[in-house]
Amino acid sequence: MSDPLAGLYQELILEHSKRRDGEGLIEAFDAERFDRNPTCGDEIRLRIRVDDAGVITGLGWEGQGCSISQASASVLAGLAPGLTRVDLEGRIEAFRELMRSRGGGVGDPEVLEDAVAFAGVSKFPMRVKCAMLSWTALEGCLAQLR
Amino acid sequence: MTLTEGRVAQLRQDFPILQTEVHGHPLVYLDSGATAQRPAPVLDAERDFLEQHNSAVHRGAHTLAGLSTLDFEDARETVARFVGADSDEISWASNATDALNTVAIALAKANAAGSASGRMRIGPGDEILVTEAEHHANLVPWQELAALTGATLRWVEVDDAGLWGIDDMREKLTDRTRVVAFAHVSNVTGMIAPVEEVVKAARSVGALVVLDACQAVPHRAVDFHALGVDAAAFSGHKMLGPNGIGVLYLAREFGRELPPARTGGSMITTVTMERSEYLDPPQRFEAGTQPVPQAVGLAAAVRYLESIGMNAVEAHERQLAERLVSGLESIDGIRVVGPAAGVDRSGLASFIVDGVHAHDVGQLLDVQGIAVRVGHHCAQPLHRRFGVAATTRASAYVHTTEAEIDRLLEAVAGVRGYFGVDA
Repeated sequence: MSDPLAGLYQELILEHSKRRDGEGLIEAFDAERFDRNPTCGDEIRLRIRVDDAGVITGLGWEGQGCSISQASASVLAGLAPGLTRVDLEGRIEAFRELMRSRGGGVGDPEVLEDAVAFAGVSKFPMRVKCAMLSWTALEGCLAQLR
Repeated sequence: MTLTEGRVAQLRQDFPILQTEVHGHPLVYLDSGATAQRPAPVLDAERDFLEQHNSAVHRGAHTLAGLSTLDFEDARETVARFVGADSDEISWASNATDALNTVAIALAKANAAGSASGRMRIGPGDEILVTEAEHHANLVPWQELAALTGATLRWVEVDDAGLWGIDDMREKLTDRTRVVAFAHVSNVTGMIAPVEEVVKAARSVGALVVLDACQAVPHRAVDFHALGVDAAAFSGHKMLGPNGIGVLYLAREFGRELPPARTGGSMITTVTMERSEYLDPPQRFEAGTQPVPQAVGLAAAVRYLESIGMNAVEAHERQLAERLVSGLESIDGIRVVGPAAGVDRSGLASFIVDGVHAHDVGQLLDVQGIAVRVGHHCAQPLHRRFGVAATTRASAYVHTTEAEIDRLLEAVAGVRGYFGVDA
């Protein structure tokens, strides 16, 4: 029997949920955001550091939640550093679009890198908010820098 | 006396939804604690009413108005008898949360002008006592009441398993305690509270007792007169009945003292442009159009439960809970909260899977056709006490079989392996 959850729990996602890249709050930061999903209690505190040119130079987070939300934060920590605010906002939008695709989207690996592994999550409407948690927290941080 | 396998099989035929498949598996519905499924007699009663008697109650002179009013008041009597109350002590609410809010808001209104006296009076220096295990519905309204009256909210702390006892409650009761509010049966731990002892202790300090009976009334025989509480609340949809209806029990004397939380049509006697006079309970607490078809459906649910027998329902669930808890406790990496195996509890169990978040547990069970609740079950403080954001809860009802419990246990045993966290 094929694993009906294979689309949801991609190997890369399970791996990231354990790796937890970027976990730990950075001391010096320019924006911080705490977000919580009240229905399931998942939460994240995310901090970023930005240089004068608007490039993200550091990202750290701490939080707790399901494998999807934790893996998503881990993937984001790999994606964000080195990108400008504007570039990152575009990628967050692309991720949101992918999550809203109800299983139809595949995601552009050029834009989303490892985050395309979450494409299958869009088939599980109850889990989309899990995947989005760290991304909306980052979006909140970026909004503070405008 | 419990339910035989044959009887449960027969009951299952009454629940159309139990015939459905989820992800290619026969549905194993273990989420009755959140919302119970409805048997055909309940669905039929609501439909029959709508097709034959539907109209506005307590107004109008036409034939249907008379029939619907009879059905509506008959439903009230049926529900009252079921919980050991008189029908004038039963007011309809939209759900239990609404019913609990009605009590808290009415008490706030009674104290707003500083006019409340006797046991209705709540003010600065007074105390409202709850427990750390409460559902948010029986916590947040009391936080509000404390804020509005200047009273202090206090709470009975729970132990590592989420339990509290009468001695813990007695320690927190003072001569300033005005209200004691707690759940008869915990929706997370399944613990059964020592209601009569709490009532006795609360009486000795002159405090009102408000009981959240949501997880009690659907699953065991409950007699509010015998328990001696001043107010109680429960929901229709958790007891095989419709959504959109809850029940507020107000002991006669308390109900007559309490002002209405909501005002408007159907709850008045005389209205002038300056002021209004209110009806006695139960109508005093039923402003506006009432959930009539839902009341009819709820009465059908009560009759259905009565036909099974509440002692049999309780015994059946007790047996399933034992199988559930002892089975879960024998799986590596599973921690069950609440009473240990062998200790009385209701037919539910919440548990933590080491290294796997409850949402991931629920997802893996769902794909095998098993419906459980995951999350904080509207009890964040209790989960904070457990040191987790979420637990997984399996809850049984009259149609649950031992084979279904075994299917859950088998699926739970595979969770840590699937997520690669087994040692």
